[in-house]
Amino acid sequence: MINIPSTFKISFRALRVNKMRSALTMLGIIIGVGAVIAMVAIGTGASRKISEQMASMGSNLLIVLPGATTAGGVRMGAGTQSTLTLGDAEAIQKECPAVSDVAPTLNGTAQIITGHLNWSTGVIGTTPSYLVVRNWDLTDGRSFTVQDVKSAAKVCLLGQIVVDNLFGEQNPVGQTIRIMNVPFTVVGVLSPKGQDARGHDQDDVVIVPVTTAQKKLFGTQFPGMVRIITVKAKSAADLADAEKQITELLKQRHRIGQKQDNDFTVRNLTEMMAAREESSKVMTLLLAAIASVSLLVGGIGIMNIMLVSVTERTREIGIRMAIGAKTWDIRLQFLIEALTLSLIGGIIGIIAGVSTSVVLSNLSGWPTVVSPVSIFLAFGFSGFIGIFFGFYPAYKASLLNPIDALRYE
Amino acid sequence: MSLIEARKLTKVYSLGDVDVRALDGISATIEKGEFVAIMGQSGSGKSTFMNVLGCLDTPTEGNYLLDGIDTGGLSRDALAEIRNKKLGFVFQGFNLLSRTSALENVELPMLYNGFPAHQRQENARKALKSVGLEGREGHHPNQLSGGQQQRVAIARALVNDAPIILADEPTGNLDTKTSFEIMELFVKLNKESSMTVILVTHEQEIAAFSNRIIRFSDGHIISDEQVKK
Repeated sequence: MINIPSTFKISFRALRVNKMRSALTMLGIIIGVGAVIAMVAIGTGASRKISEQMASMGSNLLIVLPGATTAGGVRMGAGTQSTLTLGDAEAIQKECPAVSDVAPTLNGTAQIITGHLNWSTGVIGTTPSYLVVRNWDLTDGRSFTVQDVKSAAKVCLLGQIVVDNLFGEQNPVGQTIRIMNVPFTVVGVLSPKGQDARGHDQDDVVIVPVTTAQKKLFGTQFPGMVRIITVKAKSAADLADAEKQITELLKQRHRIGQKQDNDFTVRNLTEMMAAREESSKVMTLLLAAIASVSLLVGGIGIMNIMLVSVTERTREIGIRMAIGAKTWDIRLQFLIEALTLSLIGGIIGIIAGVSTSVVLSNLSGWPTVVSPVSIFLAFGFSGFIGIFFGFYPAYKASLLNPIDALRYE
Repeated sequence: MSLIEARKLTKVYSLGDVDVRALDGISATIEKGEFVAIMGQSGSGKSTFMNVLGCLDTPTEGNYLLDGIDTGGLSRDALAEIRNKKLGFVFQGFNLLSRTSALENVELPMLYNGFPAHQRQENARKALKSVGLEGREGHHPNQLSGGQQQRVAIARALVNDAPIILADEPTGNLDTKTSFEIMELFVKLNKESSMTVILVTHEQEIAAFSNRIIRFSDGHIISDEQVKK
């Protein structure tokens, strides 16, 4: 009959006898488990950040950019090719059935002044549907209206950063600010959104009616010009249709022939972000795989030491066999030894991995997410490694001939 | 039915091209309560015989019946169980586990027999007391003299109440005085607990403690006689 608690005791004693050796063997597993946990935490953190950015960007988005495409890519020089107009935006809204909302934008940078404070920030001229498209709420006040756009009213919405810088604790709704010396009435405050995919703070913004931006603030080469049109499709499934419909419509409107290049580009933002998220997941897997190699090496270290240990203790094995240890008594003794090494190593590795993740995110600002699943997996895997690499030495020990083992010098 | 019955035991070792017949048709019976000394020159096959009796080695041919059970067809684990329950071993080199206290060494056979921890300790203490090592339970083998180590080994052989003790040159590493003390212990166990003791030795004065001497030479039994006292 096998006596598990006593077998554990025997194993612990054997490990204590060779403290240095046991510690070094464990180190392999510690590094392996620690690396897996830290790498997965970094990868998961990156994925999660991208997911959050996707959520803050709004869903099912296409953007229409002006400018000629070349064979290689898109020229992004602002205003170098100003081909999109408010008319285009209205036409997309009316004539593309796959589209639910359209928000034309004309943006720039401006100095904003209130009382004795001033602040330089991005100004976006757009329509009320911008908030729908970007999935953006107000914390205070109201949005401006379609009527405000038509009449080029001097009203604005403030992002949280702007509020903090110009008004502090005061309620800005109803107050007047001057943008490039033009007075605007603050009608609403935007809810905070945080950084976008490029690390740009989305809350550092002032939103005004697009017509007001065109006429009072930035001026345009021709009436009705806009920089970008952001389009929300009815659903994720409609994205491709919407892209096609917009391209067809704009080709018609801009009178572009079959063989001519388009003077605009339609980009599927959601797809791009999804691709980024996908690639970051692949990166996580890759990192975990590389880290797993060190875990594997740690396992081989355990096997190596266990083989040495079996050889060193051949005589002990012989004695145990002579007084009645059965095959599995001997096997378990060495298996439990290997398992103890790998599990203790695993626990220390988990602590090391988690603290590395915490230190990394504190020092370098990388977002890291230590998931319980990765801890559980790493622990389970180190146990598996112990059994897997411990089995052969244990098996070898159990097959020794008692006579030969007893005579071993 | 004899306790131990050997029927035409043959053990052949192959050393390269040469076959060595360590045992060549040995037949013998040993009854319960006997004290037998097995003598012979080195290489006479007495140790091989002992190993077969101890279920540590299997004969090439022939049958070995222990307590009426033919050990020939038994698995490794079945043999291990026989060693654990019916046989107690005492070796020339003591074969104690180093870095392990006397008490724990004596506990070992019970470890493979499913005894609970407190029972193991109690039995081991009793066994150590019976070989005169009371108060040395916590000593490690390297803190004990040769005689004391051999006593620990004897306690280990006794602790599972095995009916047979197999001692392979138990006094080979001990001085004369200690040897005699160890032999007295065997005699006492044989007389008072009616244990069967089988002893391998090449010293006449050690063999003289026994009741029956079997002499081996070249794998054969050349004499088997009772000791006159």
